[in-house]
Amino acid sequence: MNAANYTSILIWLPVAGAILIWLLPLSRYATGALALLLSFAEVGIWIKQAAHFDFSQPGLQMSQQANWFGDLGVSYHVGVYGFSLWLVGLTVVGMAACTAYGFWVGRDRPRAYFGLMLLLTGATVGVFEAQDLLLFYAFFEAMLIPLYILIGVWGGARRTEATVKFVIYTMAGSLLMLAAVIAYGLKAGTFDLVNGPTSASRWLFLGFMLAFVIKAPLFPFHGWLPDAYREAPPEIAAVLSGVIAKAGLYGMLRIAITKFPDPTSFYRTTVLALAAAALVYGSLLAFRSPDFRGVVAYSSLAQSGLIALGLFAGTDLGFDGAVLQMVAHGLISISLFLIAGAVERRTTTGEFRLLGGMARGRPALATLLMVVGVISLAVPGSASFAGEFLILAGVFQRAWWWSAIGAGAIVLAAMYMLRLISAVLHEARGSTVADEALDLRPGELALVVPLVCGLLFLSAWPAGISNHSFFGPSPTAAVKSGFK
Amino acid sequence: MINTPHIDWFGLSPVLTLIGASFVSLLCAVLVPRAWRRVAGIGVAAAGFAAGIVLAVWLYVDSADGHTIAAGAYYRDRWTSLGQIIIFAVGLATTLLAAEHIPGWRSGADPSRRDDHVAEFYALLLASAGGMAFFIGAANLITLFLSLEWFSIALYIMCAIDYDLEGSLEAGLKYLVVGSFGAATLLFGSALVYGATGQVEFSNIASTIGSQGLTGDTFVVVGIALMVAGLGFKMSAAPFHMWTPDVYEGAPTTVTAWMSSATKVAALLLTFRVMTTAFPQNQHLWGWAFAIIATISLVIGNFAALVQTNVKRILAYSAIAQAGFMLIGLSTGTALGGRALMYYLIPYSAAAFGSFAIIAARERELGVPVTLENLAGFGWERPFLGVAMWFFVFGFAGLPLTGGFVGKFYVFAAAYDHGWVWLVIVGVLATLVSLYYYLGIVRAMYMRPSEELGLRPAVSGGAPAKETLLHLAVGAALVVAVGSLFAVEPLITLAKHAAAALPL
Repeated sequence: MNAANYTSILIWLPVAGAILIWLLPLSRYATGALALLLSFAEVGIWIKQAAHFDFSQPGLQMSQQANWFGDLGVSYHVGVYGFSLWLVGLTVVGMAACTAYGFWVGRDRPRAYFGLMLLLTGATVGVFEAQDLLLFYAFFEAMLIPLYILIGVWGGARRTEATVKFVIYTMAGSLLMLAAVIAYGLKAGTFDLVNGPTSASRWLFLGFMLAFVIKAPLFPFHGWLPDAYREAPPEIAAVLSGVIAKAGLYGMLRIAITKFPDPTSFYRTTVLALAAAALVYGSLLAFRSPDFRGVVAYSSLAQSGLIALGLFAGTDLGFDGAVLQMVAHGLISISLFLIAGAVERRTTTGEFRLLGGMARGRPALATLLMVVGVISLAVPGSASFAGEFLILAGVFQRAWWWSAIGAGAIVLAAMYMLRLISAVLHEARGSTVADEALDLRPGELALVVPLVCGLLFLSAWPAGISNHSFFGPSPTAAVKSGFK
Repeated sequence: MINTPHIDWFGLSPVLTLIGASFVSLLCAVLVPRAWRRVAGIGVAAAGFAAGIVLAVWLYVDSADGHTIAAGAYYRDRWTSLGQIIIFAVGLATTLLAAEHIPGWRSGADPSRRDDHVAEFYALLLASAGGMAFFIGAANLITLFLSLEWFSIALYIMCAIDYDLEGSLEAGLKYLVVGSFGAATLLFGSALVYGATGQVEFSNIASTIGSQGLTGDTFVVVGIALMVAGLGFKMSAAPFHMWTPDVYEGAPTTVTAWMSSATKVAALLLTFRVMTTAFPQNQHLWGWAFAIIATISLVIGNFAALVQTNVKRILAYSAIAQAGFMLIGLSTGTALGGRALMYYLIPYSAAAFGSFAIIAARERELGVPVTLENLAGFGWERPFLGVAMWFFVFGFAGLPLTGGFVGKFYVFAAAYDHGWVWLVIVGVLATLVSLYYYLGIVRAMYMRPSEELGLRPAVSGGAPAKETLLHLAVGAALVVAVGSLFAVEPLITLAKHAAAALPL
């Protein structure tokens, strides 16, 4: 088969699967199994895609283009670059783990649930593969629809407020992005991202950036985050912070920085300041957060800030580190949210004052949480250490104090992560922790262990991503040339 | 000896077919025994609409060069034909929906009387469709007014046709009073324009205004203003929208589905034609007028919808706001605006029809007006209708599930192309506000179980009614709405050819 087809299949296979699941009157078990099969198939196709990807070639690979509507120059154009390949991989692996979690806990109304999960997979892969601005925008918005229903139906008690806040926040940004998309495309005469020209318009840059900083999110656009991450079912929170948030950061790299070089350097200090604020503020909030998910949620805010710091440093090391950190943090936060879900299922709560002492007699849970936590706090030798080091070194080349702020925040990361570990695993036994509460079951281990293995692999070989994201020795030059 | 003009009967055939079908249906009401009346009515209406579609498609293919026929009274061109295809398709779907959702079929109505007036209903439906089809093609001020009254009178009766129901009578009366006022305004405006130019034919009005330098003439300007207002009533744009929520709520839901989609198609397409054909020199006037009307419609429609609890009222206000979006395309008066408008109408009419059809199904099983409250659990009880509904409302909101997404993109692109960035921003902000109530409908359907509210579907006690024809109609609307997202290129090409018939 033509390797270019993998790109489209990755988008449309889950969509077709969703329709199939809605049409077939399968049993609960068969529905989940079918969805899981499809999400594993996605992983398999992605591996084939990665195997076909030629890292020694510049430019877009495995691209497909078809007319969508020609009179305004809009086309269905998809393809992958090195960095989008990794993010597609993160998406399919993460979605497979989360779909498996949904299967494991037995979500009710399975046909609706698994159909929506598959739709979400397709839309998210589409965001990372779209090479047409309107197509990108369509997928960017399309992610919202399954998320809205998934949180709204299967979420916690305050899900209504959480979803309204989440949708309105996100749409406020993305609708202004629509205005920017139209202005950019009509002025350029094409909506194509590969061939489209760069623009010097600051307004358009801001229109795009607003959507991305809300999605990522950066301080002070994170108002939707705590509610959404707390009220969503754990696997959806995992997707949100591990995968969806990366769409915002990817947008910064693919569109804002690449297409708007002049406005990027004009607003560089502003964005770096917002990113640093997100990093410090998010870390402090994570340290003060009274519950498991709160820590992970705010640490995601901090990590988004760190990655944006790397992207807007505008240096080789910064770009490499940002892509590596996107993948590493994606795996970390998916694992942490799934573990949070496992803890909540056993104790009905994620609040630290009701938890504690879970390590005793539960070695698997303790080991996994410990390993993920330690990688997350960027212990030297871990994947996120490599990512954070590259980012800080990259931003150091911009000005030393950015990396001083970043390094300070990493100390905070150690504090909140160790606090999380000790509050859940150690200390006195919490009032909700029953003796009968089981260790992680084989099913749960099967979900999280592969993710952790991926992290360990990246820890051993971070260059696998950081040297294979951009063509050529200099990512800055690649960005400047529009990845040609 | 009176010289009769040459008549191109084939050019008029879609309209004539509908009139013919309407007469046949009316005869069925008298001649066919009661037991067969329903089947006969449905058969005649379906055949009439199907024949209308076939003829309109044929005319579309055969009318590459648009021209007037019947002594300058009617346009035989692709703009007319494409509009007629949309209207007849909605009419065919309405026929299916009406099979079990017309007067006499409410729960509690006397079953022995339920088929008393079914054939008359279909006769009116066909007559109003014929009127709209003629309205789109109107080429002078006389046929414009004539056809407006023609379909309006049919609609007045259709609104009031559920005479056992207080709300229906009220809706009919309200629509009659306000609609007559709107028609009178239009007539007065037409008279002023005629007085100033001495012409009734649209293209002659334009040439007279051009040759005699009447662009700033008081009569012409006031005439245009009154015509804009009169047409604004029909397309239910704010501030001429006052009747819309009450009429949409009170009228039988089948009629609302028909009105909210077909009437809007007819009114918007005709308005674009009149303005660009008869008043091209005054584009700066009516363009701004419609841009402001669009803004007001977006603001009033969206904000008023936020506080409604009755779903038909929410959708009525949403229809006002949607008119605002389409007016953005209309107000530019450009070729891009024209095809944006034409394209937008395709997913819009499918979604508007479909959403009201789904409300009709819920109304039937509950036997009470549908509110956000009693929509609870609907999505889980009727999975197909639920999914269709969230496709429709997300499509209204411009999320990329239906052609509504591309439609919005097109009208915004037209406004930007025209240099009206402010109108794009208004549209974008209005979309943001609208999300709240569109999401509210989805929330009501899925995120609260019906047991919580103690709701019992009334009609069939447990299993919902089969309603095969309704499902068929909603399914067709869903296919059109979703399909138009993917098949943009062919539809835009059709719309482009249609707009090429106008002097843009």
